[in-house]
Amino acid sequence: MQQFIEELLRKNDFQAERLLMVLHDIQAEYQCISTEAIECLAVGLNIERTQIISVVEFYSFFHLTPRGRYEVLFSDSITDHLLGKHALMAYFAEKMQVAIGAVRADGLVSLNNTACTGLCDQGPAILINGRAIANITQQKIDVIAALIEQQVPVTDWSAEILEVNDNILKTNLLLDHEISHGDALTAAFKRGLTETLAEIELSKLRGRGGAGFGTAMKWRFCAEEAEQERYVVCNADEGEPGTFKDRVLLNCYAHQVFEGMTLCAATIKAKQGFLYLRGEYLHLYADLLAILAIRREQGLLGKNIQQQGFDFDIEIRLGAGAYICGEESALIESLEGKRGIPRNRPPYPVSQGYLQKPTVVNNVETFLAAAKIAVVGGQAFADLGSKKSGGTKLLSISGDCQRAGIYEYPFGTQISQILQDCGAEDVLGVQVGGPSGTFISNQEFERQISFEDLSTGGSFIIFNHSRDILQVVKNFTHFFAEESCGFCTPCRVGTSLLKKQVDKITEGHGSAGDVIALQELCQLVKNNSHCGLGQTAANPILTTLERYPELYESQLKKISFEPGFDLDASLATARRLANRDDAAAHLAQVEQDYE
Amino acid sequence: MSKTITIDGQAIPFEEGQTIIEAATDAGVYIPHLCHNPDYTPHGSCKLCTVKVNGRNCSACTFPAMEGQDITNISKELNDDREKITQMLFVEGNHFCPSCEKTGNCQLQGVGYYLNMKDNHFPHFFANRELDASHPDILIDHNRCIFCNLCVRASQETDGKNVFAISGRGINKKLIVNSITGQLKDSDINVDDRAAHICPTGAILIKRTGYSVPIGERVYDSKKIDAVSLKKEQS
Repeated sequence: MQQFIEELLRKNDFQAERLLMVLHDIQAEYQCISTEAIECLAVGLNIERTQIISVVEFYSFFHLTPRGRYEVLFSDSITDHLLGKHALMAYFAEKMQVAIGAVRADGLVSLNNTACTGLCDQGPAILINGRAIANITQQKIDVIAALIEQQVPVTDWSAEILEVNDNILKTNLLLDHEISHGDALTAAFKRGLTETLAEIELSKLRGRGGAGFGTAMKWRFCAEEAEQERYVVCNADEGEPGTFKDRVLLNCYAHQVFEGMTLCAATIKAKQGFLYLRGEYLHLYADLLAILAIRREQGLLGKNIQQQGFDFDIEIRLGAGAYICGEESALIESLEGKRGIPRNRPPYPVSQGYLQKPTVVNNVETFLAAAKIAVVGGQAFADLGSKKSGGTKLLSISGDCQRAGIYEYPFGTQISQILQDCGAEDVLGVQVGGPSGTFISNQEFERQISFEDLSTGGSFIIFNHSRDILQVVKNFTHFFAEESCGFCTPCRVGTSLLKKQVDKITEGHGSAGDVIALQELCQLVKNNSHCGLGQTAANPILTTLERYPELYESQLKKISFEPGFDLDASLATARRLANRDDAAAHLAQVEQDYE
Repeated sequence: MSKTITIDGQAIPFEEGQTIIEAATDAGVYIPHLCHNPDYTPHGSCKLCTVKVNGRNCSACTFPAMEGQDITNISKELNDDREKITQMLFVEGNHFCPSCEKTGNCQLQGVGYYLNMKDNHFPHFFANRELDASHPDILIDHNRCIFCNLCVRASQETDGKNVFAISGRGINKKLIVNSITGQLKDSDINVDDRAAHICPTGAILIKRTGYSVPIGERVYDSKKIDAVSLKKEQS
């Protein structure tokens, strides 16, 4: 092992910032990060062993103890649930004789859940040793089970099994044509970089990750910093459940995304860029490396780009299963080889980002749009959108509709139009912007996609009347509790308390004051949390409670107090120990007198 | 002329580079806090020091004081939230004040008294946490750790060591020890280290020093934490 790690570290120039990349390789080889590996790494990278342990324990894809040689993770997004994930996972567990959350005795296979894998338009999805597999069916599980039992490496599985579709179903300015390689840079250098930044300003382009900060303003702030060492970072940690547009962009339009990054680098005078790719998108990694190599050959990356005396290159770093790393300062921490904990602000990344140097962090779609604007000009882009929201927005549409996939719409498009295009009928409501966004009811379909009305990073999940809203809320609330980084008290404890309280109500143990208690807790977490995760974690509850208060109330018992847990179930251990199962060894949840 | 911020209607002078809590402390204004200690790099995680700055919630221990800020520190809304955050810390770990050696000297308890906290409000987590009694002089009771990070910072910034770190994620967050076994006895901590003495709760205790001051005569038995804290932390 020592030799393997030494070689690996040499390949990574002994850079502690590349810790996550190194851990990925070690885990792929040994199924875990052992104590021996940790000690080797601490010496080799000259960092404390506790930094390594804390990183391993932070990211859900790293483990201190071995998982199966085939680590199978079922995507636990609500969209997977809608497509029958539970039954399929049970089928897999039965077929492979492995329990959920366990490693089979022979060490061949382990099974667990994972957060949304970004394959919501072709779920249920699973990850096996990091490789994404879409459209899971019983037949597909039979094939996979056989391959695992025969110990065929996942990399040798047929293309048919590993196929991931793009499903681009509606295009507009951004997706109609990919720009030719180098066109955005040529246009920008010809027009002048300052003038091109002015075009981006004119386009009204705002960050496409969801927060919507003005792109030109962000680039300008960074360029105006005194510190000369600057960085460009592309945020491809697309973790919001229901979002998958960045996966498609990186699969089909990667050149243009990289060109947008290069344009930004030229503008802010950065020499190094990073693509932070979520670990779930490992299946894109090799192709993206190849595209970077092509761009170096084409003189679009590397030294003296387009003979302009401008040097810039891009490195790809993989995440490892942590939604919080989509938050830009947490992403920067992760890029530095640390736990993804959002930083205190100020200072903002534009002044102190990667390695405390000025850094622009933008979403994949933002860079794609910036490159297009450099070619077509700002006005053409702005003209497409609404008053405050320039251009178009890519939506990742999934859930109850006939045609799930990627749709490009001008800002200002009505929800009803979108639902019609994707073939959604009998709609109960739509989750716009993912769990951290808004649940809208079927009374609100005249509303629009825009920063003025319904702001979204791109997630658009449709639910029909057969769905139970409270189960949706439960899934989202569990998601946030699972993904809270744990830094601040209100989010760390609050998201788990929200989970307990939602479970209590949906499992029928709620009594009179419980909805009010839930509402108070929501406000507490929202108002006091450190970052966007905690500030939006209560949104699924708040936005549905506002629209369907009667739904919550109907779950409550007509009594003033009920224990928040199942009394009888809690006695199971005692009954087993006492070897009793008579009537007196059981307890009623609520005394009859009080009902 | 020095610059000023306004806290609860009172003009407070500040120097460039000071955080809100530093300016407040110098002026004799107490803002409740647990993870903040003026000797160390601000952390901003406990969120007890949340104040309203021009209507927006900010952590006073990390947010820079800036000319013209209109700050609310004492209001029913803020103190209600602070009480709930304190209750969150109580239910997250296992805090049994009557049987804890730190009782009366505990800042978590002191803040609870200050905020008039009467119960734990939220359901308990009954977390399964361990005790590390391996070291001859120092005891760690993880049940009482509130993740203030002060031992981590004290070890790095005062002791020039790296004995502690925070690991895990979310509700599974935990304090870990930098040694090959993970036990304190194999780390390079010394009983005289600042890190061994800085814990605001009873999570890190010095062995064989218990109950030297009787219960009833301890710090917060007679004084409130605002007065104690200001006296200790004013520069």
